[in-house]
Amino acid sequence: MENYPSLVTLILFIPFIGFLINVFFGKRLGESWSAIIGSAASILGFVVALLLWNYLGTNDYQAAVVSLPFVPEWINIASANFTVGWQMRVDTLSVTMMMLITGVGSIIHIYSAGYMHGDARFHRFFAYLNLFVFFMLILVTGNNFLMMFVGWEGVGLCSYLLIGFWFDRKGGLGWKNSNAAKKAMIANRVGDFALLMAIFLMVTTFGTLDYYRPGEIANVEHAQGGGHGEEDSHGATEGEGHSEEAAPAEGHSSTIVLTQAGGEGEGEGEGHGETTEAHGATTETHSEAGGEHGSSEPVYTNNDHIATEQLGVFGQAERMMETGEQVDFGPFSLPIADVITLITLFMLVGATGKSAQIPLFVWLPDAMAGPTPASSLIHAATMVTAGIYMMVRANVWFYMSDTTSFIVALIGASTAVMAGYVALGQWDIKRVLAYSTVSQLGFMIAAVGIGAYSAAMFHLLTHAFFKALLFMGSGSVIHAVEHGHHLAHARKHGGGHGHGHDSHDAHDDHGHDDHEEEHHDDFDPQDMRNMGGLARRMPVTFATYLLGTLALAGIWPLAGFWSKDEILADALIRGFEGGSPLRSIGGFLVLGLLLIGAAFTAFYMWRQIQMVFFGQPRTEAADHAPESSPLMTIPLVMLAVLSVVGGFLNLPAYAGIFTLFGALENIFGQHVLTDWLIPTVVHAHAVTFQPLLAIGATVLALGAMFVSNQVYGGGSKALTEDGRDPLQANPATGGLWELANARLYWDQAYDRLFVQPFIRLGNFLYQTIDWDFWHDWFHNSVIWKGFNAIGELLSKPVDLGIIDGTVKLVGRVAYWISGPLRRPQTGYVRTYAVTFMVGVVVVIVVLLLPLLQR
Amino acid sequence: MIQTEWFVMLSAVLFIMGAMGVLLRRNAILLFMSVELMLNSGNLALVAFARHWNQMDGHLFVFFIMAVAAAEVAVGLALIVAIFRTKQSINIDDLHQMEG
Repeated sequence: MENYPSLVTLILFIPFIGFLINVFFGKRLGESWSAIIGSAASILGFVVALLLWNYLGTNDYQAAVVSLPFVPEWINIASANFTVGWQMRVDTLSVTMMMLITGVGSIIHIYSAGYMHGDARFHRFFAYLNLFVFFMLILVTGNNFLMMFVGWEGVGLCSYLLIGFWFDRKGGLGWKNSNAAKKAMIANRVGDFALLMAIFLMVTTFGTLDYYRPGEIANVEHAQGGGHGEEDSHGATEGEGHSEEAAPAEGHSSTIVLTQAGGEGEGEGEGHGETTEAHGATTETHSEAGGEHGSSEPVYTNNDHIATEQLGVFGQAERMMETGEQVDFGPFSLPIADVITLITLFMLVGATGKSAQIPLFVWLPDAMAGPTPASSLIHAATMVTAGIYMMVRANVWFYMSDTTSFIVALIGASTAVMAGYVALGQWDIKRVLAYSTVSQLGFMIAAVGIGAYSAAMFHLLTHAFFKALLFMGSGSVIHAVEHGHHLAHARKHGGGHGHGHDSHDAHDDHGHDDHEEEHHDDFDPQDMRNMGGLARRMPVTFATYLLGTLALAGIWPLAGFWSKDEILADALIRGFEGGSPLRSIGGFLVLGLLLIGAAFTAFYMWRQIQMVFFGQPRTEAADHAPESSPLMTIPLVMLAVLSVVGGFLNLPAYAGIFTLFGALENIFGQHVLTDWLIPTVVHAHAVTFQPLLAIGATVLALGAMFVSNQVYGGGSKALTEDGRDPLQANPATGGLWELANARLYWDQAYDRLFVQPFIRLGNFLYQTIDWDFWHDWFHNSVIWKGFNAIGELLSKPVDLGIIDGTVKLVGRVAYWISGPLRRPQTGYVRTYAVTFMVGVVVVIVVLLLPLLQR
Repeated sequence: MIQTEWFVMLSAVLFIMGAMGVLLRRNAILLFMSVELMLNSGNLALVAFARHWNQMDGHLFVFFIMAVAAAEVAVGLALIVAIFRTKQSINIDDLHQMEG
């Protein structure tokens, strides 16, 4: 039990080993082994997550911090007293995310084995999936913001790799896919930059990046009140108490209780496990000492014994808020409250990138270019929730800043409505789901904005279940329609070619091998106009898809009902009891917008059901679509079950008829998820059930579905005679529908605002600055001509003039001198003899002259 | 006894004959002979003065000169033969390749 939390290292290494095996040996192992290894890595991770869940359950939900073996420290700047360790945090929030990632991830791994069957890069797909799971686990297990950033970037990379997985598709599709991948990367880069700014601000302000230091208690209030019987004590009465606690939680940070449980350990009965902080392989568990040996080791119920500098970022922020400290930034200083607002705003921008909110959501609909299991795992269930996870993790700060909370609520709620509206006018089955995802993520962000942190996490979980289900259902449909297209084609052309059913099974490609190219045409298996009447052809897919749709629309008693209702109820309470005008406005704003968003959700989902599954098949492909293989339908059933029961994770108290007068509560308990999260998520709170709101929201959803049914079903066909949407054909709604179909011109606006100026800037830099200025002017005129001038100078006056001149002068002098000198050299002996003679005579004369003078 | 002046005059005449021969003749052999004539005129003068002064220094010189002349003849004749072999002529006016 001591080293139990150290298991968390395994959960990281197992998917990474799976990745290594698949990336290096996957091709040799073959498809089935590749799939088995990939799925096993994820399933083993899930088992470890379950063990950790069990550990937390038996240790009063007290967090443990585990250092990675062998690499305890990552960054250590002694002069700045700044260290970042490879520490992992096992607490209720991270374990929730771990179970979600590995659990839904495992199901998707299994589904992928069916969906990707026959793909040329089958093993690579599994390698990417495992790598993604690995990075996502780093993101959620890290005990500091830098590790979270590592995971954050890592999942971004995997997202890029998986969106562009079919970069080599023929007929321009490959370009479309890789462009979508690039778009995701670039849009996320904007958010990542903001997150980096937030991290820099944290370092300046707090001098650390750790969430909580070992020994620190996240939720002091909870630690004080909490015994080991946590789940029991929040019985029928406690559930109510939580919602009361939520309203005056304003003074929360200042009511740190000064007592130590160690002193009154006997009196409380259980000081058990208050500071179960495990560190490294040598996990120190104080709980046993505190609980059983009484006073041998003090057990703290608060953090007062820790100096401010020793606290993690959240603890420090709370202390600094109490004293109203000024943060010194060199040339200027800011009050700590403003710094927190800045940090949270930067984090919000980061979250808008990863979690696809206005204004950075544009990448997510395009990300549907990736294989459907990737869309399901990354772009619906897990990665896009990273932003919500981050904000829930930093709930202390978001709670502190009303300004940020309001902006968060505004962005989340308006994204929910905007994306829901756009989804009304889409033809592509996956694109509808993509906008639906954006919209639902907006619900979660809005929940964070109104302080409903546990509701946000609850919706995150249930949404992961049913959105993964819907995506995989759509994948099954696409797969079947593509298949049906081949079958129809084969029946028409290739009766005698031996293109039987079996040969098509063998060529179960996705546009990859030549077989596909042979009859490549404009048929789009993702276009809902090409579907219809699939309910009869694909009963399992249809049944699960219907469940997912109802869950997403928020129909009782499916998962979406409970989670959406909790957000709405929280918004309503926030609106009435917010405490300040900004909070109240935020609450009502969120409530109103989310109700509209919920109505849109029900409407477009029922439109999709009508177009895809009901009515008559509109193409031969749909007419011939077969049900998918059990490898794909079994995961669908598993997720469908989760979509049904997922909502029971966090049943509200006293929901009357909605919980069958307490029957469900008796089985599943109340506020289970909230109670589980509270020790970690300081400001999480359970919410009182609002029966009228729940009825209203359900009626709204049912009404929207009824209207949708009247428009798209109800005797008329899902499309008009000329293949248009009924709303499009109706002059009253045609304009609005076209607006939704054009996706509100977001892409065009971004193209106009950013892409085109950027391309123009690029062209300017390339053509004018680089080519015209540097090449044509600077290189040619300045450098080339300058060198020419210098060369000219050196060659002509210096080389030819001075150096050559000197050399030639020497020659010329010799020439001049030699001219007269060569004359006497006649070569005739006689001449020399005469000269000789004359010389002798002269000598004699000279010798004799003195004699003559005498 | 014949006076020394005569010997000196004879020597001068011989020397002038030799010099003229060197300057005027074109045949290498004759040129050579003229040189010999000039040497021997010198010898004659030396011997005459030796006798005049009753000293043996002149004789000594004459022996040296005769030895040198003998060596000179040996080398010179060999050169002339070599020249004739290449040029088929011993006309010294044909030998002016060394003109400047």
